[in-house]
Amino acid sequence: MSSAGDGKDRPSPVRPSLFLERQSYRRRRLADAARLLPFLGAAMLALPLLWPDDSEGAEPLTLSAAMFYIFACWGALILISVVFGIAARRLAARENADPEAETWQR
Amino acid sequence: MATLNVLILVCLGYVVLLFSVAFAADRVAARGGGKWLRSPLIYTLSLSIYCTAWTFYGAVGNAARSGLEFVTIYLGPTLVMVSWWWGLRKLVRIGRSQRVTSIADLISSRYGKSNTLAVCVTILAVLGGTPYIALQLQSITLSFSIFAEADPTGLYREGSSVFWVAAGLAVFAILFGTRNLDANERHHGVVTAIALESVVKLFALLAVGIFVVWGVAGGLGPMLDQIDASEIGQWHVDAGRWTTFIFLSAAAFVCLPRMFQVMVVENDDESHLRTAAWAFPLYLLLMSLFVVPIAVVGLDLLPEGSNPDLFVLTVPLSQGNDWLAMLSFIGGFSSATSMVIVTAMALSTMVSNHLVMPIWLNTQEGTASVSGDVRTIVLMARRVSIAVIMALGYFYYRLSGGGAALASIGLVAFAGISQILPALVGGLFWRGATRTGALVGLSVGFFLWIYTLLLPGMEGGIIPASVIEHGPFGWGWLRPQALFGIEGIDPMVHTVMWSLSLNTIAFCVASMLSFPSPLERLQGAQFVNVFDHSVSARGWTGSVAQSEDLMIMTQRILGTIPAQEFFQAEAERQNGRPGRLPEPTPQFLERLERELSGSVGAATAHAMIGQIVGGASVSVEDLLAVADESAQMLEYSSQLEAKSAELSRTARQLREANAKLTQVSMQKDAFLSQVSHELRTPMTSIRAFSEIMRDTEGLSAEEQTRYAAIIHDEALRLTRLLDDLLDLSVLESGQVSLNMGEATLSDVLNRAVSSALAGSDRKIGVRRVRASERIPLHTDLDRLGQVFINLISNAQKYCDAVEPVLTISAHDVGGQVVIDFIDNGDGIPPEAQSLVFEKFARVGPDKAGGAGLGLAICREIMQRLGGEVTYLPGQGGAAFRVSLPLAYRQAAQ
Repeated sequence: MSSAGDGKDRPSPVRPSLFLERQSYRRRRLADAARLLPFLGAAMLALPLLWPDDSEGAEPLTLSAAMFYIFACWGALILISVVFGIAARRLAARENADPEAETWQR
Repeated sequence: MATLNVLILVCLGYVVLLFSVAFAADRVAARGGGKWLRSPLIYTLSLSIYCTAWTFYGAVGNAARSGLEFVTIYLGPTLVMVSWWWGLRKLVRIGRSQRVTSIADLISSRYGKSNTLAVCVTILAVLGGTPYIALQLQSITLSFSIFAEADPTGLYREGSSVFWVAAGLAVFAILFGTRNLDANERHHGVVTAIALESVVKLFALLAVGIFVVWGVAGGLGPMLDQIDASEIGQWHVDAGRWTTFIFLSAAAFVCLPRMFQVMVVENDDESHLRTAAWAFPLYLLLMSLFVVPIAVVGLDLLPEGSNPDLFVLTVPLSQGNDWLAMLSFIGGFSSATSMVIVTAMALSTMVSNHLVMPIWLNTQEGTASVSGDVRTIVLMARRVSIAVIMALGYFYYRLSGGGAALASIGLVAFAGISQILPALVGGLFWRGATRTGALVGLSVGFFLWIYTLLLPGMEGGIIPASVIEHGPFGWGWLRPQALFGIEGIDPMVHTVMWSLSLNTIAFCVASMLSFPSPLERLQGAQFVNVFDHSVSARGWTGSVAQSEDLMIMTQRILGTIPAQEFFQAEAERQNGRPGRLPEPTPQFLERLERELSGSVGAATAHAMIGQIVGGASVSVEDLLAVADESAQMLEYSSQLEAKSAELSRTARQLREANAKLTQVSMQKDAFLSQVSHELRTPMTSIRAFSEIMRDTEGLSAEEQTRYAAIIHDEALRLTRLLDDLLDLSVLESGQVSLNMGEATLSDVLNRAVSSALAGSDRKIGVRRVRASERIPLHTDLDRLGQVFINLISNAQKYCDAVEPVLTISAHDVGGQVVIDFIDNGDGIPPEAQSLVFEKFARVGPDKAGGAGLGLAICREIMQRLGGEVTYLPGQGGAAFRVSLPLAYRQAAQ
């Protein structure tokens, strides 16, 4: 009798469904994106170092143009962070609903 | 209109407002309400204490001097926030799981709870904080001076005003920062007040910016044209400074004690970082949005030589917009006060937890936790340290002359505090980082920072000009602002580059060369892999803790009523019966420690409970000690076991020896009785016949002869018996000396057979295989012969066959010479076979009158000769086997 019960229980060991796999895959890529973001930001902010300035004889960039570029970069970083934050929260909420899944915090 | 008096009144009113906001927030939080108090928005706004008066005033000044360079100070933190997934998340998680109270606590905790390290970080933080506080003093003083110039009453003196500002800020910080003892619990009141100040300063700056762009310049388009036309209107940055400042501000953003306080210690929920990751950069962006327009308009409107650091104030003033100027002043004042409050809170916590409390605990050795009012000590320590820190800032301001540009003073502080970065980052990500590494790295960076930046920056002449120009002792390569002879680098870039790179190198090298203590390794693993196990490292075992002592101590620290409430709640939780003291379970002790650590810091709380619980806290070191002890005990017990085994072995041997002795004694008794019996038989007949001969008259000569013969025979028998006994005793005592000689077995047998058969009336046939007897022997031939004679005469005596025949054969078996004597009689009955070699053992009736010693003597002789004589059962008749080792034969060859 007990062996019959065991037989019934056997198929249950956790095997993540395709949906969960995809979700955790998304989550990891999202984490990758979050890790890459500062490098993107650093690269964008290092770019002004290549611009010609008044010491080289070339026509220097105007300050307003420089301001536009830097504030645009800044804004882009913020926007990406917002998107990332929202996505992260949504994924976290979905995973909280599913106790089997790894927690988002990891 | 905007007189100094009005200004002071406005300031005081603002401070009162802040106090009431803080008070209200605390009340709301205490009642468990105010969900918004724990919202990500408040968290983000509290982070903006990063923007101090330096930012508020200095950014515009910086922009007026060097264009867009000011923006680097904001870009660094933006990058850090954007990369929260990398670093801040881990930092916050560690801060929460390890119950960290300050950055010094974090560093010391990571490196094996080393207080030395905590002291170093504290000193560094105080020294790094000093210029920063000087900066706040300067900004407030300058802003006052602006209003003073416009004030017709003109009662303003700079020197005294700096002092009063410093004193006022100190009082403010003491009142605000040490209102309650808890350093670890969330300060909802203070955080809310700071959030309000953040809103005020952002609002003020935006208001000035909007006024400048739309009120003065006449819209966005004209503003941009004006920017491009101004003297800073062309893109120009120094590449070294640009990257260095971005890096430096990023480093300082993490390392600054006040940033750590709001970011990690005051963090309520890790997920707030997710919001702050974009909201705080947005705040920074808004703060810097109008900096360049204000600078450009200021440069344009104000007369040559006016201080660009104060454009935020002077531009509205010059346009006659006093209310806006007042708002702007409040913004700057907010920036300064919020920075000073949080810095004072953070630094005083560090100073009291890592400098004062350890010293105080040491002086109160043993009884510290239950005597003296800890609350007053801690509060006093905090208040005094705030006063000292403010005084240091004041003196730095006086020493540096107050003339340097605001931004550069801020950068000096940044460079100083950034020296923590290698130890911090290494501690978070590298398990190999050690305490020694952290100490060495910090010291190197700290020294270089003082030598190359802090001291040369003081105009009071602490470092003589000759040293700055030619180096100490004339060594040019040690010039403070041109280390290793590399000149022409910007002093900030120079310091940051050398100090941080050498700091990092020293940290890494010393870490690799040193070996961490067990506690360090454990903490290292807990920090680096914090996401794998966020559990606290230590635990208490409270079996010996005294609840009453704990209660007394807790009352001293938390106050009577909170302590009683805490204990009641705990008792209720434990057994549902309030009114009794709770059992000191490990969980309770841990909760209590957490509660106390909120007041006096984790390390001190740990030490205090440790004193009461009697060091029963289970740390790794304790565990190791226990393990050592048990190893020693194991060793000891195994030694004991060995000894007891040895003892039982000895006892067994003694028992055996005793049994043997008893047996021997019994044998001796038996032997004596046998001997006396054996002696008695012939003596009886000798006595009887000699009495007959003496007493009987008229004995015939024939009779006399016969009796005398009997007496003679018996005397002979006695002699023989005594000879045998003597022989046996000599043999048994081992005192016999062997008379070694050489002959063949055949010779020995010949002699034995002839002497055994001589004079015997009973004939026995002897059959021999002479071919096998040609074995040379090296032995005592007489003794061997004696054995053979004995065996042959035994056969002759006891063989009961009609025609007795004795077969003697010799073999070489397994390296031994074996001689068998087998007769054709009935043999010895099995039950007697084991006895034949015993003394006085006789089989059957004593026909031949032997004493029963013959075979015993044979056995003894053969043992002396290195061989043996045994009985061979199952050969048809009595069979004896004499074996001699072949070695005797080989020795003979």
